[in-house]
Amino acid sequence: MHPAFSVIFLTTLIGVGQGMFLALFTGQSYSAVELLPSQDSTQFYGYGAIIALLFLIGGLIASFFHLGRPERAWRAASQWRTSWLSREVIVLPILMFLVFVYAVMHYLGWDSVLFTSETGARLQLTLIVATLGMLATFALFICTGMIYACLKFLQEWHSPLTVINYTLLGTASGFVLATAFSQHNAPELMRFYGIWSTIITVAALITRVASLIRNANLKSKSTVQTAIGVRHNTIKQKAMGFMGGSVNTRDFFNHASLVLMKSMKWIFLLLVFPLPLVLLWLGMHENNATLLFSAFIVQYIGLLAERWYFFAQANHPQNLYYQTV
Amino acid sequence: MTQLALVIDLNVCVGCHACVTSCKEWNTSGSSGFMTDENPYGKDPTGTFFNRVQTYEIGEFPSTETLHFPKSCLHCEDPPCVPVCPTGASYKREEDGIVLVDYDKCIGCRYCSWACPYGAREIDETQKVMKKCTLCVDRIYDESLPESERKPACVLACPTNARLFGDVHDSSSEVSVTIREEGGYQLMPEWGTKPANHYLPRRKTRMHIHEDELQRADNPLKKEERGPSKPVDGPTLDDSTSW
Ligand code: SF4
Ligand code: SF4
Repeated sequence: MHPAFSVIFLTTLIGVGQGMFLALFTGQSYSAVELLPSQDSTQFYGYGAIIALLFLIGGLIASFFHLGRPERAWRAASQWRTSWLSREVIVLPILMFLVFVYAVMHYLGWDSVLFTSETGARLQLTLIVATLGMLATFALFICTGMIYACLKFLQEWHSPLTVINYTLLGTASGFVLATAFSQHNAPELMRFYGIWSTIITVAALITRVASLIRNANLKSKSTVQTAIGVRHNTIKQKAMGFMGGSVNTRDFFNHASLVLMKSMKWIFLLLVFPLPLVLLWLGMHENNATLLFSAFIVQYIGLLAERWYFFAQANHPQNLYYQTV
Repeated sequence: MTQLALVIDLNVCVGCHACVTSCKEWNTSGSSGFMTDENPYGKDPTGTFFNRVQTYEIGEFPSTETLHFPKSCLHCEDPPCVPVCPTGASYKREEDGIVLVDYDKCIGCRYCSWACPYGAREIDETQKVMKKCTLCVDRIYDESLPESERKPACVLACPTNARLFGDVHDSSSEVSVTIREEGGYQLMPEWGTKPANHYLPRRKTRMHIHEDELQRADNPLKKEERGPSKPVDGPTLDDSTSW
């Protein structure tokens, strides 16, 4: 497939936003049961949620560049019964709304404690909103992943690994951002987030490599024989019926050289996994904001490469019909 | 239930592209028009087509065969392109099984074109909506046309009559009978899309003449070993009676 930049930015940006929000949720729920010191509502949760929201908005804006007729985008919410894309279109604004409410509540201090257990655990109003937001976050990861995973003849995508990778990679980038953010706004949580970032990034490495191995061993179900229905071992296309190209030749081929494909794989494997982890631990060790933010930026650039590769690697069966001009 | 479809006979298609041009001509001025043409006379002409004719070479020289292969939307009975559409712009008609796009609802997200394994959907780069073969839905029901012309433009244009049009659910229709009797098949059956359009394979009609067909073994004259009698010299019965 041709990697479309609008979709690459959409999926990576909302991934960061979702991950950041999950990080805030995790932090708050740990502190609710007093495993972590509680943080300043405005400084940490309020601003943190606003950052998450900005990433989600960024993703939403990017998505509009993918549409031919963005002015009708509202119609895309109508087919949630059958279409994962439609479900994503519904869940994304719900999540944005919940994150917005969460930010406002923290910012304005509307955070009454609903009850306190004997052991001292507190149930705050914001934690309820955060829990709903957490559910919406996971629902959104599932929708985004399923958009690709549900297309059965795009065999590279048609696997649960697609959903798992979207979830883990998005969460990892959000947690790395949360680590960098907490260095200034909640120093006591920096290590907590740093450790979780490492765990999630390593988990993502395992599942992403698993999908690379799976895809390397895929055998295409469709062949030129099934495409035109002729049983003969040697079939060559001599003409695709036009010479100047069409949507079929532009949208469905990656137009990348083998060298670029190969190097992109190693670039993303390097930029998403080991490099940000090194920067992260150096940054935590030195307590250096620049290092921590560069860990996030390096990983984000790596994720752009990862998404590019994800699209470029998928081989659409329609390409069988467009082998030669 | 009705399922309208095309049956394309690869045995007689000569790859003349008449269906391609007549399709474009009809549809660019019909209700699903216009169909974009960028640089039609320039270096890299490109544009929207509902139908394409491709050419394949089967086998290795010198024993090769050329196959011309027209391809348009197959109006699948289980179309993967329809459920993925987030707006409901893509739909399959209950009454005749034609898969259509509502251009007023389509947001041009291209998702349906990803979901069609055959590459039958092409986004129109000018109107920014998804387009594909409509089986000339604006023509086949048009009562202002004479009955014989209420067929898709490509079917009418084909000079070798390689394209048949009809209801593949009606087991006695011309298309159904042809599919049954001439070995009609579907493309990429592995995805379970159940394309309504069928293709008829290349068929060789060979004549087998056996030796005993040249030399009639059961020739009755040979059997009795007696030829017809030669003319006689003397007077015959006719001579003596014809007076
Ligand atoms: S050929 Fe493609 S566009 Fe046409 S109905 Fe089948 S899946 Fe849909
Ligand atoms: S491009 Fe149009 S018809 Fe296709 S899925 Fe998107 S909205 Fe539906």
